[in-house]
Amino acid sequence: MFAYLVRRVLYAIPILIGVNLLTFVLFFVVNSPDDMARMQIGVKRATPEAIERWKVERGYDKPMFYNPAVSGSARVTDTIFFNKSLRMFAFDFGSADDGRDIAREIRERMGPSLAIALPTFLLSLYAAISMALLLVFFRATYLDFWGVVGCVAMMSISSLFYIIGGQWLVSKLWSLVPISGYATGLDATRFLVLPVAISVIAGIGSSVRWYRTIFLEEISKDYVRTARAKGLSELRVLFRHVLKNAMIPILTGVVVVIPLLFMGSLLVESFFAIPGLGSYTIDAINAQDFAVVRAMVFIGSVLYIVGLILTDLSYVLVDPRVRLE
Amino acid sequence: MGMSFQPVFLWTDALLFLLLLACVLAALHVRNTEPLRDAWHKVGRRPTGMAAATVLCAFVLVGLLDSLHYRPRLPELPAAADASISAAAAHKGEAVYSSEVLSALDALLAPLRLQTEKTYSAPFAFTLYQRETVQAPGGGQERIYPRLVHGAAHLQDPAAERGGDVALRTLAALGLAAAAWAIAFLIAAWRVARSERLPWDEAVSALLRGRTVLAWRAALATLAVLLVIVSAWATLAPHYHVFGTDKVGQDVLYLALKSVRTALVIGTITTLVMMPFAVALGIAAGYLGGWVDDAVQYVYTVLNAIPGVLLIAAAVLMMQVVIDTHPQWFDTAAQRSDARLLALCFILGITSWTGLARLLRGETLKLRELEYVQAARAFGASTTAILRRHILPNVMHIVLIALVMDFSGLVLAEAVLSYVGIGVDPTTISFGTMINMARAELAREPMVWWSLAAAFVFMFALVLAANLFADVVRDAFDPRRS
Repeated sequence: MFAYLVRRVLYAIPILIGVNLLTFVLFFVVNSPDDMARMQIGVKRATPEAIERWKVERGYDKPMFYNPAVSGSARVTDTIFFNKSLRMFAFDFGSADDGRDIAREIRERMGPSLAIALPTFLLSLYAAISMALLLVFFRATYLDFWGVVGCVAMMSISSLFYIIGGQWLVSKLWSLVPISGYATGLDATRFLVLPVAISVIAGIGSSVRWYRTIFLEEISKDYVRTARAKGLSELRVLFRHVLKNAMIPILTGVVVVIPLLFMGSLLVESFFAIPGLGSYTIDAINAQDFAVVRAMVFIGSVLYIVGLILTDLSYVLVDPRVRLE
Repeated sequence: MGMSFQPVFLWTDALLFLLLLACVLAALHVRNTEPLRDAWHKVGRRPTGMAAATVLCAFVLVGLLDSLHYRPRLPELPAAADASISAAAAHKGEAVYSSEVLSALDALLAPLRLQTEKTYSAPFAFTLYQRETVQAPGGGQERIYPRLVHGAAHLQDPAAERGGDVALRTLAALGLAAAAWAIAFLIAAWRVARSERLPWDEAVSALLRGRTVLAWRAALATLAVLLVIVSAWATLAPHYHVFGTDKVGQDVLYLALKSVRTALVIGTITTLVMMPFAVALGIAAGYLGGWVDDAVQYVYTVLNAIPGVLLIAAAVLMMQVVIDTHPQWFDTAAQRSDARLLALCFILGITSWTGLARLLRGETLKLRELEYVQAARAFGASTTAILRRHILPNVMHIVLIALVMDFSGLVLAEAVLSYVGIGVDPTTISFGTMINMARAELAREPMVWWSLAAAFVFMFALVLAANLFADVVRDAFDPRRS
C-alpha cells in the first residue's frame, strides 16, 4: 500500500506539470505581457513608459524562457517561466497586485472558507442520503413520485435565486440574522447559519436524486432479495445491506471534493461578504489580478489530485475486497 | 434602390441554423431507422416528454426568431440637413443602414422595444416608481408620481379604468387563445385519425381521454397554457408593461424574451462545438488503446484537475484581453458581443468535453470486444470503417443523452458566470445580466422585484422543461433503464 501511494504521488507530477504548462500558455503566450498591461492600464493611457512600469512592478519585464543578459544558472531562473510558473511547485506564488503575499493570504483565508464549506458538506451529505433512503423506502408510491418531482423542480432553480431569495426572506424580511459579514470565534455562528442553510437547500435536489438512483440500482441486486428472503425487515435491508454496498459509488463522488472544500464557494462567499478563498478568487477575477487566478488554478488542481488519492484510500476502508497494489 | 434592410449573419446565428439543419436531417434519418423510431416513440408516449417538448419548442421558436439579424435602412435624410451624406448616397443609389443590429423578434416586438419609460415602473403601473418634482400648474413645485409615457397611456382615469380594461383585454386574449387552440386540436385529431386509422369521432374521443399512442393530450394541454399566456401578452403588452420596466425604462418582458436566445446558444452551441472532440478522442482512445489512450487520458485528467470555474475564469480573462486589444476585428457592437458569446461557448466546451469523452472511451472498450466487431476485424475491415459503421452508431445514444442532459446545466452556468463577471458581454441581454442588475434593486424601498421575478419565471420554465425532457430521453435511450 505504501508503494501504491508513492506511485500515485509520482503520477501526480506529470499532471501538475500539464496544469502548469496550460496556465502558462493561457496567461503568457495567448497574450503578451504588453497586451495585459495595455488592458489593465486602459488603452488610452497606455504609454510605453506606463506599460514598462507595470511590467517591472510585476516582474513581467524578463524574457520568457532564457535570459542571455545574465550569467550562470540565472540565465534560466531569471525568466518569466521560472519565476511565475516553476516557483508554484514550491507554493511560492509571489504577490498580488495590491502587493500582498498570495501564499500568506491563502493561508489566512482558508479558515473562513472551511467554516462555511465543511458544515455545508456534512449537512448536505446527511440530509441527502437520509432523504434518498426515505424515497427508496417508499419507492413506487406517491411520496416517491412527488419527491422526485420536487427534486427536479429544485434542481431547475439557479443557485443565485436561492441566495438572493434566502437573504431577502431571512435577513431583510424576518431580520433573523445579519445580511452579510463575518466575525471570528463563536460569534461567527450567526453569520454562518444562513449561508450554510442556503447552500444545503440549493444543492439538495440534485444530490437526493443522485443517491436515489444509486440505491435503486443496488436494491435490484440478488443479495437484497436474499436478505429479504431471510426475513429481515425492509429498514434493516436498507441500512445494513444497501447503504453499505452503495458506499463505493457514493465515495467515488464524495471524497474527491473534500480537499476542494478549502477553496470555498465563489457565490456564497461573495454574496455574504465572507473573507474566504472564494471571495478572494472573485475579487481577483473582477480586478483582473492574473497572479492570484494563476495561484488558485494551481492550488485547485493540487487539491483535486489529493482528492483522487484519498478516494482510492477510502475504498480500502469500506470494501475489504479492494487491495491497493 | 436598395432593400429596406441588410441581413447580418452572426457566427452564433449560423451555428444555430446549422444545428437546426442537423436536427432536421437527424429526424429524417430516424424516420427510416426502425430502432431509433421506436426509441423516440417511447419519448412521445410519456406525457411529461410531450409536455416538456412543447414548452421547449416555444422557447426554440423565440430563439430562432431572435437569430434572424438585420440592419434596418435609415430613413432618407432631408437634403438640407446633411447634404454630404445623403447626396453621396443618392448619387450612388445606395441606402444607408443603421449600425444597430436588430432581429426578426425585435421587429415583432417593436412596441415593447420602443416603448421605453424614464426609469423603473411596476408591472401594469400607470405611474413611475419614483416621485419627481414638477412645476405645478398654478406656479410653485410639486412632488408627484408622473404618468408613464406608454404604460396605460390610453386611459383617461387609469386608477378607475385599469381593472376593467385589463379584464376586457384578458377576455379577448382568451378568445384568441381558444381559436388558436381549436385549430391545433383539429390538426392533432387529424393526425391521430390518419396514423391510427380511426374514424373522426373516435379519434377525437381518444384524444380527449388520452388514449392515443403518442401523448397528444399532454402536448395540447401544455399548448393551451402557452397560448393563453402568449395571447394575453399580445393583447396587454402593447398597452401595459406586463413585467414592469427596468432602471433605464426598458420593458422587462422584452428583456426576458431576448434572454432566451442567449440561453439557447450557450446550452446547445457549447455541446455542438465540444462534441466532435469528445467523440473523436473518446472513441479513438477506447478502440486504439496504447499511446493514444494514454495521451487522451492525460489530456483529460489535466483539464479535469483544474476546478471548472477557475479554468473558465482564466480562459475568459485571456479572451477578454484578445478582444479588447483587437477592436479592428469587429464592425458593430453586436458582432463583438457575439464573438464573446461564441468564445464563451468554446471555453465551456473545452472544460466540459472530458466527461463525455470518458463515457465514450469506456463504452468503446466494451464494444471493441464484442463478436460483431471482432468479426468485422477478422474480415479485414479497415479501422476507420469499423469505427464509422460499428462503433459510432452504437455510442450515439450516449452522445444524445449527454446533449440533452448538459443543456440545463449550461443554462444555469451562464447565469452564475455572468454574475461572477466571466460570462457574456455586459451588453448582451441574458438571464445572468438580468439577475445581476436586479440584485441591487432588491435593497430599494419599496422593493423592485419584477426583473428578478421575470428572470426567475423564464429560467425556471426553460430549465424545468429541459430537465424533464432530458429524463424522458435518457429513459428511452439508455439500455440500462427499462
